Amino acid sequence: MSSPIGKDLLGLEPLSADQIRLILDTAEPFKEISERAIKKVPALRGQTIVNLFFEASTRTRISFEFAEKRLSADTVNVATQGSSVVKGETLVDTARNLEAMRIDMVVIRHGASGAARFLAERIESNVINAGDGTHEHPTQGLLDLLTLRDRFGTFEGLRVCICGDVLHSRVARSNIWGLRKLGADVAVCGPKSLLPSAIGEFGVTVFRRIEEAIEWAQALNVLRLQLERMTAGYIPSLREYNRVFGVTRERLERAPGDIVIMHPGPMNRGVEIDSDVADGPHSVILDQVTNGVAVRMAVLYLLAGGRPELAEAAKGGGER
Amino acid sequence: MPNATTTLLDAKGLDRTLRRMADEITELNDGSDNLIIVGIQRRGVQLAARLGALIGASEHAEVPRGSLDITLYRDDLQTVGPRPVVGPTDLPWDLEGKCVVIVDDVLYTGRTVRAALDELADFGRPARIALAVLIDRGGRELPIHPDVVGKKVTVAAGDRVDVMVAELDGKDGVTVVRAKGDA
Repeated sequence: MSSPIGKDLLGLEPLSADQIRLILDTAEPFKEISERAIKKVPALRGQTIVNLFFEASTRTRISFEFAEKRLSADTVNVATQGSSVVKGETLVDTARNLEAMRIDMVVIRHGASGAARFLAERIESNVINAGDGTHEHPTQGLLDLLTLRDRFGTFEGLRVCICGDVLHSRVARSNIWGLRKLGADVAVCGPKSLLPSAIGEFGVTVFRRIEEAIEWAQALNVLRLQLERMTAGYIPSLREYNRVFGVTRERLERAPGDIVIMHPGPMNRGVEIDSDVADGPHSVILDQVTNGVAVRMAVLYLLAGGRPELAEAAKGGGER
Repeated sequence: MPNATTTLLDAKGLDRTLRRMADEITELNDGSDNLIIVGIQRRGVQLAARLGALIGASEHAEVPRGSLDITLYRDDLQTVGPRPVVGPTDLPWDLEGKCVVIVDDVLYTGRTVRAALDELADFGRPARIALAVLIDRGGRELPIHPDVVGKKVTVAAGDRVDVMVAELDGKDGVTVVRAKGDA
């Protein structure tokens, strides 16, 4: 556990404000690497990383893969389709088998909350949570934080409202933890059926109307309405949702000040966010994607350094 | 008496040394054409800026400068652990056909310079790369040799050579901190 952020990255809840700031600071120089002609540094040469995705993902998986490759790690992608998981192999068996092939890190996405921690407690390799159920998605939270810091410079007193399906959103949880630790004012806005009943315990303000949220916030993080979950009758219809909670240009035009619009993707255009907002001047959605690679590089880099006994022996042995 | 500190160069001495180094770099390169001065984070960057300014003043030309953070090219990530903060690399120049002078504060094992050479190679293919260091303290672990040296000094392995620059440390100077008083 000697890496400055611990053995694993399971969520933002267990991290201190200083650890979160360290990741964001480390991400800064990594932005430049992606702008080079040769987008690669040898920092993780010889490290093997397995991307273990039990749930569909395009953006996050590709972002992790770019981050790994730009640090010169060797990567293997395991998707559940076509793996022994469909034959009923358990999560731990899959990971132990991978570990027996001498890997160094596992990036895991899983539909069950707590899957990443479960794995981290059972294997030696560093584990990075790439989304577990409705629990946390820490690298998404971190890239949202980095994007906000790029825009506003500081979190102290920054007013951020998370809009939409907070109930099912691991992105919302990671954002709330991270933003609150760094001193931001956090609010949520959405239909009552899509807010956790215990939302008060998160220490956030609750807006029932999107107009109020827009009037209050300096940044809106618009969550994806998880259509696959909507069969359970959380909302009357998509059209109704857009009419009442959609972030539209007309609504933003009534914002008292400048407002930044974020979305973790993939977007349902015309449902939670309108196209002319997503592609408009307030949107930093593509900056989020760019920052995602830098933040993941920072996390991989920081976790890779932690070999306690060697670090102790080499202490103070830098070049001077 | 542990931690005896002796001054190697004071502010004036550092300034004199840099002037001589600037002249030697100009001579080595036969002027300032095609010259790019690249400082290694951290103190190398400030020294490179000063050398660039000195050369520019004497040659009446603008000398392009860059900075290099070699953290991600080190061979000891696994042993030393990640450096807390990785500094920026800033090399907005096409290196093709240029003479690049790498500037570092202290040359010791040579591993930093090895990493810097690797990193430069990822940015392009200069016609020539030279190495200028303020202090050569010996103790090389790699076959690396400086072209321009400010001051050579022999110190024991446990001793520390500290270069201070006004921009970061509030004053200019170089000191040697001896690990043991019996040196």
